Amino acid sequence: MTAVDTTASERPAPTLAGNRRPAPVPMTRLVDVEVRKMLDTRAGAWLLVSIALIAGAVVGAVAVWGRDDEVGFASFTSMIGFPMQLVLPMVAVLAVTSEWNQRSALTTFALVPRRGRVVLAKGVATVAVAVAAGVVQLAAAALGTFAASAFRGIDPAWDLTLEQASRAALLDVVALAVGFGFAVLIRASAPALVAYLGFVLILPSLSGMIAGLAPWWAEHGSWLDLSLAMSVLGAPAVTDEQWAQLGTAGLVWIGLPLAVGMRRLLRVEIR
Amino acid sequence: MVITIESLTKRYGGFAAVDDASFTAAPGRVTGFLGPNGAGKSTTLRILVGLAEPTSGSARVLGRRYGDLPNPGLEVGVLLDASAQHGGRTGRETLDLARRTMGLPAARVDAMLDLVGLTGAESRRRVRDYSLGMRQRLGIATALLGDPRVLVLDEPANGLDPAGIRWMRDLLRGFADDGGTVLLSSHLLAEIEMIADDIVMIGRGRIVASGPTRDLLAGVGTLVRSDDAAALGAALSAAGFQVTPTADGAVATDADLAAAGRVAFGAGLAVTELRTADGAGLEEMFLELTAADQRDPASTVTTNGAAA
Repeated sequence: MTAVDTTASERPAPTLAGNRRPAPVPMTRLVDVEVRKMLDTRAGAWLLVSIALIAGAVVGAVAVWGRDDEVGFASFTSMIGFPMQLVLPMVAVLAVTSEWNQRSALTTFALVPRRGRVVLAKGVATVAVAVAAGVVQLAAAALGTFAASAFRGIDPAWDLTLEQASRAALLDVVALAVGFGFAVLIRASAPALVAYLGFVLILPSLSGMIAGLAPWWAEHGSWLDLSLAMSVLGAPAVTDEQWAQLGTAGLVWIGLPLAVGMRRLLRVEIR
Repeated sequence: MVITIESLTKRYGGFAAVDDASFTAAPGRVTGFLGPNGAGKSTTLRILVGLAEPTSGSARVLGRRYGDLPNPGLEVGVLLDASAQHGGRTGRETLDLARRTMGLPAARVDAMLDLVGLTGAESRRRVRDYSLGMRQRLGIATALLGDPRVLVLDEPANGLDPAGIRWMRDLLRGFADDGGTVLLSSHLLAEIEMIADDIVMIGRGRIVASGPTRDLLAGVGTLVRSDDAAALGAALSAAGFQVTPTADGAVATDADLAAAGRVAFGAGLAVTELRTADGAGLEEMFLELTAADQRDPASTVTTNGAAA
């Protein structure tokens, strides 16, 4: 502050007429605010821009150097899906943890003391961002399919079925929910991001190692290992048992952290 | 009463950060919440605005628990820690998020920036590049955004330069004169003395004194001096007043000026000095509290030296 404006207080404070009987803050407004919070910092904006950049780079690289059978719509969609599944949950993690890391929770929860509503709004906001990212994913895949087939002089392969598309979307939401659950449980950016990356990058190989040593895990691990249960969603057909495994593993990796985390988040002292 | 704290206790394990505290803050007045660092001020204010749960007792604002206010920003302006803002957002964006949460028109942001003296260029800088004084102004802008009738501020003068402190004082004075209720905390007696109509003093989690500033600062009564201090003291105690001889040979008493003068006249003693005693009571109590809690002797200087 270079110059202090001491005359400011001599002006009468502008006041608002007729707000003496306030109405509760509606959920739509909270979701709007939470979406903005994901976009209005450099970190948040870059994470989301990186999704578009990665999608573009993947499509471009495969279109130029890929095999002919790799340049179909379904193949592009799933290829773009991998980096998105890595980045989107990081957006979800930061949406929750930055309130504590940056201590903006002090203002957020002073304005909305019912903390559960804020967390719900954050959840809805991350899903909304994921839906937008899904649209980008499909658009990039379609563009890539069109351009690559024209470039190669082959017929474009519009081979993505509705079922495959919905399963890809479900996969995105599950990955998002894992990140969100970890964030609610841990409430600190770096540890929550590490936990999420550990889940994505280390858990599958760890689980594979255990399966090699313990036959029981090899046979039943999918009931508890969410990364394993998620991996079957990319397969052509999913059995009822595999859906059930996604459910139980989801309870362990999403339901449990969310439940424990929420219980604590609703009571913890905001400093 | 707009703010009512009743038998409030907050324990962390075995340690009572706030211990059976009760006080109130009235409309049209600035209530200063005074105490050394670590006395329990911030904990009390956090409980008041629903950011912490009390172990027992209650804190109410406008007759309700803060958490039951439907849109609290429109009724109670809160600034607990000016540095607790997202460093990656601009000041304007920080205000705009609060404005959207409360559901106010967009023009409100500019009105508040203007009111707290942040320029357009400053408002477009990221908060991490703000000085503490600028953050303090931004925090005040956020607190005033919803045009509330109550303000709860924790150490609002921290980081402000002398002109800024004066600005803050005028702002809060005007707010209270318009019928608003201000509860602000400070660890500086001089600062509180200058602005507060009422003082609530807390030490080690307990409320040790509370009342109108004028009474608390003038609380020790009258100072009378005569050539024969012993006779004067005897006469005053015979008249039913409390008597304390001072070190320099005068007598401090709880009699008011007129009564002390009459007693001396009745005893045939020539009064050489008769005046209201210095408001040493509160200050001594405060210094005692501060000294007892002092971990770092060097910082005693800041406690009583930083007169605004």
